[in-house]
Amino acid sequence: MRLRYVGRKLGFYLVAAWIAITLNFFLPRLIPGDPIAVIINKQSQTGSVPPGEADQLRKLLGLSSGSLISQYGQYLDSLAHLRFGLSITVFPTPVVDLVRQAIFWTLILVGVATLFSFLLGVGLGTVTGWRRGSRLEAIVPATTLLTAVPYFWLALLLVYLFANKLQFFPAQGGYDISLDPGWSGAFISSAIRHSLLPAITLIVASIGGWLLGMRNMMVATLAEDYVVAAEAKGLSSMRVMVRYAARNAVLPSVSGFAVSIGFVVTGQIVMEQVFNYPGIGNLLFNAVQNQDYPLMQGIFLAISFAVLGANLLVDLLYGFIDPRTKEA
Amino acid sequence: MSATVTTQLVEAPVETAARGTGLLRTALHSRRLIAGLCIVGFFVLLGVIGPLLLGNPNLISTDRAASPSAAHWFGTTDIGQDVFSQTVVGTRATLEIGAAAGLVATVISVIIGIGGGYAGGWVDEILALLSNVALVIPTLPLVIVVAAFVKNTGLLPTIFVIAMTTWAASARVLRGQTLSIRNRDYVLASKALGEPVWRIVLVEILPNELPIIVSQFLFSMIFAILAQAGLAFLGLQSPDLLTWGNTLYFAQNAEALSSGDWWWFAPPGLCIALLGAGLALINFGLDELLNPRLRVYREPRGRRANKVSPVAGTETQQ
Repeated sequence: MRLRYVGRKLGFYLVAAWIAITLNFFLPRLIPGDPIAVIINKQSQTGSVPPGEADQLRKLLGLSSGSLISQYGQYLDSLAHLRFGLSITVFPTPVVDLVRQAIFWTLILVGVATLFSFLLGVGLGTVTGWRRGSRLEAIVPATTLLTAVPYFWLALLLVYLFANKLQFFPAQGGYDISLDPGWSGAFISSAIRHSLLPAITLIVASIGGWLLGMRNMMVATLAEDYVVAAEAKGLSSMRVMVRYAARNAVLPSVSGFAVSIGFVVTGQIVMEQVFNYPGIGNLLFNAVQNQDYPLMQGIFLAISFAVLGANLLVDLLYGFIDPRTKEA
Repeated sequence: MSATVTTQLVEAPVETAARGTGLLRTALHSRRLIAGLCIVGFFVLLGVIGPLLLGNPNLISTDRAASPSAAHWFGTTDIGQDVFSQTVVGTRATLEIGAAAGLVATVISVIIGIGGGYAGGWVDEILALLSNVALVIPTLPLVIVVAAFVKNTGLLPTIFVIAMTTWAASARVLRGQTLSIRNRDYVLASKALGEPVWRIVLVEILPNELPIIVSQFLFSMIFAILAQAGLAFLGLQSPDLLTWGNTLYFAQNAEALSSGDWWWFAPPGLCIALLGAGLALINFGLDELLNPRLRVYREPRGRRANKVSPVAGTETQQ
């Protein structure tokens, strides 16, 4: 049973990954004019272009001669060998290297921020749902307003207050640029200090969604017979709240992770722009500025795969949390 | 019946007296709904009338980076444009993009969600797979890349790009609802009577899902306004477009905040937040109206225990 659930999920994400790859294949066709000429022209402005580059680009962009099918085949072949072409922004660095450097920063920061936001939001949602009608309810409209604020607006305001005015946190960058990147204590503590404010803005902006969903599910769950029965048995209210109500109410939040992670990724791309953080969103923005098509495609694939992977992980976890899914 | 009334509430609060006075009375007691309708109504009015009353918002004057005064209520930009006029005139395009993108997204989700859910079989399988995939593929990077590749960021492309990335979640909700409705007695009855499919879908199923559709529309409208502001902030919107997001983009480019010109930076962001909150309040109000469980009964303190939930009882007795 469990194996079938895992298999079905794996199958779904394989299809999703294939669609992302195929979308990526068609993207260069949106460029007005001849993309190869545009790219080679741009690359040659910043350095000498290696001889095989045009050919390699054609394969990668799926624009080589031959039928659509053979173009698609060559494109897949390039991807399988991780040949994403050379970046225009930092010519002639391969796109793969740039993405690999940047995604490290993003994954750690976003991973930690998402986890905190989820735990805090679900925790607060549990309590507000449990004490419905109490003064805690005031949190609900407050978070509603927070989710409607444009993320970058809020982030810039917080930067202005906490970094420029109060000087609690550094305003820009991912680490102190006077330090050598590496696993030294000074570098790591500098990186952590630089990540605090971005993480806080991400959490503040995304917590409302978790809180609201959890609160509404708590309200619905509290009306269930088994909660009333647990109450009647005289179990402590802490136990009823956590083990009986929250445990069941949290399920939709977990299964709705796909929607939330989209929100986080969006916030993170804009966040990196606000903080000039050396992650993948910043790289994407620079790529857009420089019309760096190969880099943009590489980044799109990298983000897609990261998001799909996170969702697959959460879905598999869900199978363990909710035993009913395995029977379906 | 209840469904039609609620949409009228959203579209035109004035006309509601015509039908369903019982529901209307409850609606008038929902403070959230009233507050939301007032906020959104105010902005709609502003968007319709505002541009007619004010002159060219891009007019340059010698009053550079002036703080708010009687002449310039919200101060001026670094090249002397009136921030108040920009905010008011920007309301229209912002609302247009939000409403249009929300509408397109909702129409797509209705077709795919209800269509697939009702059709069943392999059509449903494929459409459900499609919306699930659209849900997990990260949308903003895709929008950014597409916008950068296409190089056309006027009103229409923006609306469609945003709509294309927001329909999936509501399509999934609508499909689930359709799957549950399609086997109810009244649908089976009209099937047995030989009613044509379009009639069953439009007359029996669609009206019953209207509350969900309206709520999904309001949420996609919030999302669309935020997405446009985000795109504008990243510099992916045509500078000719005057929306709140674009005003923010120019403010940020001129480093308005760090040079102390808060009056340039604050109004557009607050307007977006207020409008978003208004739309969300309407949604919560509708939810309360149609789902009595979520309603909060504000009763005198000691007696609250029994009604809210059996659980809260122990809290107050302590």
